[in-house]
Amino acid sequence: MSEKGEKIICRCNDVTLEEIEALIDQGVTDIETIKRLLRVGMGPCQGRTCIPMIVSIIARKTGKKPDEIKLPTTRIPVRPVPAGVLVGEMDEE
Amino acid sequence: MKSKAEVVVIGGGSTGTSIAYHLAKLGVDVVLVEKGYLGSGSTFRCATGIRQQFTDEANIKLQRYNIERWKKLSEELEYDVNFKQTGYLFLATTEEEVEAFKENIKLHNKFDVPTRLISPEEAKEIVPPLNVDEFLAGQWNPTDGKANPFKTVFAFARKAKELGAEIYEYTEVIDVIAENNEVKGVKTDKGTIKADVVINAANAWAPIINEMVGLDKEFIPIKPYKHQLVKTEPLKEGQIDPLVCPPAWNDSYLLQDGEDGGVLCGTGLEYGPTYDMTATYEFLREVLKWATKIVPALKYAHVIRQWAGFYAKTPDSNPAIGKINYIDGFYIAAGFSGHGFMMAPGVGEAMAELIVKGETKVPLDWDWYDPHRFERGELRSAAFQIG
Repeated sequence: MSEKGEKIICRCNDVTLEEIEALIDQGVTDIETIKRLLRVGMGPCQGRTCIPMIVSIIARKTGKKPDEIKLPTTRIPVRPVPAGVLVGEMDEE
Repeated sequence: MKSKAEVVVIGGGSTGTSIAYHLAKLGVDVVLVEKGYLGSGSTFRCATGIRQQFTDEANIKLQRYNIERWKKLSEELEYDVNFKQTGYLFLATTEEEVEAFKENIKLHNKFDVPTRLISPEEAKEIVPPLNVDEFLAGQWNPTDGKANPFKTVFAFARKAKELGAEIYEYTEVIDVIAENNEVKGVKTDKGTIKADVVINAANAWAPIINEMVGLDKEFIPIKPYKHQLVKTEPLKEGQIDPLVCPPAWNDSYLLQDGEDGGVLCGTGLEYGPTYDMTATYEFLREVLKWATKIVPALKYAHVIRQWAGFYAKTPDSNPAIGKINYIDGFYIAAGFSGHGFMMAPGVGEAMAELIVKGETKVPLDWDWYDPHRFERGELRSAAFQIG
């Protein structure tokens, strides 16, 4: 067997290096589109783990400089918060 | 970049990419230009819902047709857009609403939409964690659904390109060229494209395009209103599969994302007109207040994301779709008021056929959506908004 599916880049949504590279090989090199098609950076970690790695994968495969790749918007909240805390009915753990 | 095409579509959301796909399918030489990345305007910010439950004949008929299109879309585009018929469940909190639901259901059934009135007990079977104590009845249509907006736009664009369309992202239209009231093309920040037909599918930004061609920006008074969504961590699927909405609770709604099971929560709190897309803390508190009333167990779910997007609203919440009579070759499909994604397959098909054949087999009521209705002071009954 090949190494298919073995290198997890996005741990929140189980996205592998191979899936990301395959998409780039199809011509999808915009991090905004890669993010949305594979759901990388959209999990509870908000992309802290995967986005820097994805930037380097895109840079390596397309020859762009990492600082030419604009990072996707960071969403609120910065870290996961229980809904009950936000409505004032629960204390944060 | 091509310097000439038969048709230029401005706007790469679900509407624009659908129009481009359907034109390419009819053999038209079409170019689409999008100032950001595809879907970046409103489509990728939407709540993913697809419904037929409107309160007027024109929208119900169009959506009845669109459901059939959505069912076959993955196969047609050879790409899974993850369409699921998980239904829409509206909930009544008063007897008056129950009566209104009964009237809606009659209208839906007349046009072959199988909506029915259900008891709170049945609603709980459909949505197990629902707080049924608060509701008297449900207006339930199991044939409504949801799909993945990212994959849908990608699939339309991919197929359009396969059929010969050119798509230019990060390309902003800076002028629409018209001479003697005839469209001649568009000028972009990357070059000029000559074309005898230009379609304004810029939705929230459509008035800016209209002004470029020489129309008054109030001619079709589309205004951008900031709406927001909050999403929870992924939860086990099958708990809130349909879109659930008690309209009396400030049009609040929730549904599980068809991709990962996270719960999308929306509410009627809007800001605008504005092009600001910053998420607000006020919204976060407001939407969760309602969401945890509808499904109390959501208190224990972690919120992981919040974002904003626009409802490109017209005065009657119905889009402007059709030909602009003042300028030959200029068309519009914009101002969807929150319904662009769900309507995209049929609207794209109808626009393409209108341009190529002068008529369409899509049951789209051109008079109802007439872009000239606003200057005549005609307004439609407000299209029921939400999801």
